[in-house]
Amino acid sequence: MTVIDKVAPEGSKAGERTSPRPTFRHKLSRWDVKVSPYLYVAPFFIVFGIVGLFPLLYTAYVSMFDWKAGDDNPEFIGFDNFKELFADSQFWNALANTVSIFLLSSIPQLVIAVLLAALLGARLRGATGWRVGILLPYAASLVAIGIIFANLFGPKYGLINGVLQTIGLDPIDWQASRFGSHVAIAIMVNWRWTGYNALIVLAAMQAIPKELHEAALIDGAGMWRRFTAVTLPLLKPTLIFVTITSTIGGLQIFTEPKLFDAMPGSNNGGSTNQFQTVTLYLYQSAFENYNLGYASAIAWVLFVIIVLIALVNFFLTGRLARTPAVKKK
Amino acid sequence: MRTIRNGLVLALGITMTALGATACGGGGDQTPAAANPNEHVELTLSTFTEFGYEALIPEYERLHPNIKVTHRKTGQGGPYHQDLITKLAAGSGLADVAAVEEGHLSDVLDKGSKFNDLTKIGPADASPDRWLGWKYDAAKTKDGKVIGYGTDIGPLAMCYRKDMFKAAGLPDDPEAVKPLFATWDSYFAAGADYVAKSKGKAWFDSAAQNFNAMVNQLPQGYIGSDDKLAVEGNQGIKDAWTKVTDAVAKGESAKLTAFSNEWNSGFKQGAFATKVCPAWMLGVIKEQAGPENANKWAVTAAFPGGGGNWGGSYLTVPTQSKHPKEAAELAAWLTAPEQQIKAFQAKGTFPSQVKALSDPTLLSQTDAYFGGAKVGELFAEQAKKVQKPQYKGPGDGQIQENASSPALQAVEQGKSAADGWQQLVDQAKKITR
Repeated sequence: MTVIDKVAPEGSKAGERTSPRPTFRHKLSRWDVKVSPYLYVAPFFIVFGIVGLFPLLYTAYVSMFDWKAGDDNPEFIGFDNFKELFADSQFWNALANTVSIFLLSSIPQLVIAVLLAALLGARLRGATGWRVGILLPYAASLVAIGIIFANLFGPKYGLINGVLQTIGLDPIDWQASRFGSHVAIAIMVNWRWTGYNALIVLAAMQAIPKELHEAALIDGAGMWRRFTAVTLPLLKPTLIFVTITSTIGGLQIFTEPKLFDAMPGSNNGGSTNQFQTVTLYLYQSAFENYNLGYASAIAWVLFVIIVLIALVNFFLTGRLARTPAVKKK
Repeated sequence: MRTIRNGLVLALGITMTALGATACGGGGDQTPAAANPNEHVELTLSTFTEFGYEALIPEYERLHPNIKVTHRKTGQGGPYHQDLITKLAAGSGLADVAAVEEGHLSDVLDKGSKFNDLTKIGPADASPDRWLGWKYDAAKTKDGKVIGYGTDIGPLAMCYRKDMFKAAGLPDDPEAVKPLFATWDSYFAAGADYVAKSKGKAWFDSAAQNFNAMVNQLPQGYIGSDDKLAVEGNQGIKDAWTKVTDAVAKGESAKLTAFSNEWNSGFKQGAFATKVCPAWMLGVIKEQAGPENANKWAVTAAFPGGGGNWGGSYLTVPTQSKHPKEAAELAAWLTAPEQQIKAFQAKGTFPSQVKALSDPTLLSQTDAYFGGAKVGELFAEQAKKVQKPQYKGPGDGQIQENASSPALQAVEQGKSAADGWQQLVDQAKKITR
């Protein structure tokens, strides 16, 4: 901007001196003021266009075809892929699995994250050590976690079933049972993400003005009361942010169920697709059945679902943010 | 430094090629595919898991100083083939010589137009009589093109736990157990006997492993020669299903999904007494069962229902290749008997060429882990029992992987055999729709 400021007056001065008509230099500097800002922000939009918008639109285009990988002349079939998808019980099964795993992971995750944040916010010896500690699972390799947890939840030789049997319980076939497999996968997700979310919540918690807590203390509020009446309401926007991010992540869950399957490399999500998620089904359609058109249709439906849920979240955030929580006091 | 050495190598190479040409020329006419020996050519070769080519490629470069070969190795077969099909679809990115596994061959044959016909561009010495007939024929497209040179094969035999047989009062000598493995009926009957005598121990590792071998032995597989799904009308498949699921109901299966972590642990724990054993499985058993189980495992030259093949690969030359003739020469050389023996010695890939099967190096090969069994001779014998290739239409491999194996797993997890069959049929229909 400094460059523009310098150039512009010089140019106009020169213009005034020589002739009343704007000189080339003058025009150039005016163009500079008008165009430069767009050029400065262009890189983002160009990159977004290439890696974000184009794939999105091209996927929509592909979803209109009966497009098998390697087809030279894919056949245009309009919305038939979508029609087929809505009648496909495997898709609905995958969607139900995804939602189930998402709920089983997100709800406990957020509750534990808030409680962990509250604990970390209290005066602890070696606070930084604890804070780094809860973030460690997030830094671990997702694939390694998947393999280790799949081992732990092995139906015959897994550690979890070993422990269950030692304390006199029946072993659970984590692979075969639908609910069991969802729980196992949700535990994998929670182990990784709880600490990450706890740190975000902790940051928001520490931004809450001390005066509010002190005022509540003077009013005679106990620790629990202060937590529910001061901390939680003020955390709402952060909690909604964390919910949105974990929703987007949760609906796209892929690696954990893929690695949980006993059959190496399988995208089936168990023997009867009992833990096949939408992205796993998408991947199977595209890269195992080479049915690119159908996979694109799945991708778009998933995209729309995520957008809808994000809009609902956005709407809720807006409403909650408008009512200041302290007003009640 | 490099140029001096290259010069020496070049001189050496020319002499060697000349010698090689006279040696090969005895058979008949001159090779029409001979490439210009002075042109510098860079070739790429893509393989997955272990082909045993590490030492062979420098050797080939010594013999052909104008050729530089880059070897792209991938760990797992599944992703490798997904990548292969995707690049085939994209029209670029494939290696000049691309390996294809037998299980994925049907998908590739379906796209035969994207591969070179090796009978047209390959060297003359790579003639059909080099290979076992069924191995060579399996890589033929419907219109008669040959798109791949056979590398290794996986002739089937039966592996079993000597100590566990003994403990259950079954014969345990490799010759004495052969009658048990004569047919699938005798095999499953022996299994029921074993389960009773061993008080509930499992006979085999997983239903799907046996079922796959049984379906492969049938004259027709999941897909008919008209490329239509033939699961429901195929009595052979239904019978195999009934036999396997009956055995599961009798407690013969250890219910371990092949190649899973649990399956690996199962070898160490002695979770099952017998195992369908392609030649390459010996290495898997050694690796998973570990030294503490040495001499407990044995292998015998018998397989229920005769013989069969499981696994093995082909080297193809996609039409994307800019140097198809040179690529075909490389592929032919790598799959020639001498090189197959070297690959076998390096990584245990069992040769598919007739001459290699009578090679003394192969026949004298023993395996101390399996009680000093003459495994080379044993599998060479099993390889000759394989009849002709079953026609595998497009989607065959997917049905095995995504329809029949999960359905059998579901039966092992408690689903009824009838429901499991329905699951197989429904899923197979979905795959081939």
